[in-house]
Amino acid sequence: MYDFNFHSASSVDDAASKLAAAKDGTVMAGGQTLIPVLKQRLASPSDVVSLAGAGLSGITNNGDSVTIGATTTHAAVAASGDVPAALRSVAEGIGDAQVRNRGTIGGSIANNDPAADYPAALLGLGATVTTNQRDIAADDFFIGLFETALNDGEIVKSVTFPNATKAAYAKFPNPASRYAMVGVFVAQAADGVRVAVTGATDCAHRGPRLEAALSANWSASALDGITIPPENLNSDIHGSAEYRANLVIVMAKRAVEAAG
Amino acid sequence: MATVSMTVNGQAVSGDVEGRTLLVQFLRENLNLTGTHVGCDTSQCGACVVHVNGDSMKSCTMLALEAEGADVTTIEGLAKGGELHPMQQAFKDNHGLQCGFCTPGMVMSAIDLVAKNPNPDEATIREQLEGNICRCTGYHNIVKAVQQAAQGG
Repeated sequence: MYDFNFHSASSVDDAASKLAAAKDGTVMAGGQTLIPVLKQRLASPSDVVSLAGAGLSGITNNGDSVTIGATTTHAAVAASGDVPAALRSVAEGIGDAQVRNRGTIGGSIANNDPAADYPAALLGLGATVTTNQRDIAADDFFIGLFETALNDGEIVKSVTFPNATKAAYAKFPNPASRYAMVGVFVAQAADGVRVAVTGATDCAHRGPRLEAALSANWSASALDGITIPPENLNSDIHGSAEYRANLVIVMAKRAVEAAG
Repeated sequence: MATVSMTVNGQAVSGDVEGRTLLVQFLRENLNLTGTHVGCDTSQCGACVVHVNGDSMKSCTMLALEAEGADVTTIEGLAKGGELHPMQQAFKDNHGLQCGFCTPGMVMSAIDLVAKNPNPDEATIREQLEGNICRCTGYHNIVKAVQQAAQGG
């Protein structure tokens, strides 16, 4: 890893000004992705600004929604009584225990790995991302491969998840990395059925055909007969595009069954 | 270079580090605490697990400067007055190590596991240790050791 100047931010504003003053700076939350990326020299920022001391950690139950601060760890989300079960199970399944003790929700979504779990939960529950500049709907947040709607210097402060009537996440983890080969989040909420798929393409996305089928009939069997075209699906040593196409339906069915 | 200060195994320590210095490098190279191992250096194998403010973490995937002011415990901080920690004793009793390379990380992860799951079943132990890899494949006795330690030795 190339050397950099390390800064510890005391607030979001402090982080933003430290970032603005840097030649080519980046923010770091838990560092569970950024540090491996730096080690591989895939990134070589001049400055790294840590958000750990910026006061962004914490979980607030708002009654009809829950707000999770950007630097809240996966372990804290998994253990929180204020977080709905479906969301807890997403956090519980990320990485391993040590990664969950350090990795954060803000870091995960800002990185937007194509196989990350949280993006599916945000899309599936219709969450809102609050930054130091604005609110962004999950549907507008995840743009493409490691790409989000965040501007340069824009920092995630929190994510707010509205309550759902029913929700569940099912993933087929890669046995080594625990990243999702495919993960599907399904939810039934006041504004209808939402289905979000991660791991299958370059970026987590909604599944409109699955949503239509489940809106008509909320049961696993409603997905019988739907086939996902393998074109544009991820294909690597862990699984072909055809394999992932099949996994999308299998995981969607498991999620519906788990949601009840 | 910047100065970092923290508590390691109950002692206040400080040292000069670069921004990129990893916590594991600081422990091994500045403090000569070489019980914490570097196996994969990619946060997969868990040989580098230490406790930071009571939680198990991979010290190869944390900057030394991130541990400013933290309370760090390494494998060297477990035995008290020549007496092994119950988890170390359980690993010894159950032959929970073969080559021993993964053992420091296994023991540190296992202590955190039992602290958070006081009465873990075998499946929970295996699941919670998935961030620690034993290349001797000695998992069977490692799981037995954790069970013994969880049951009070």
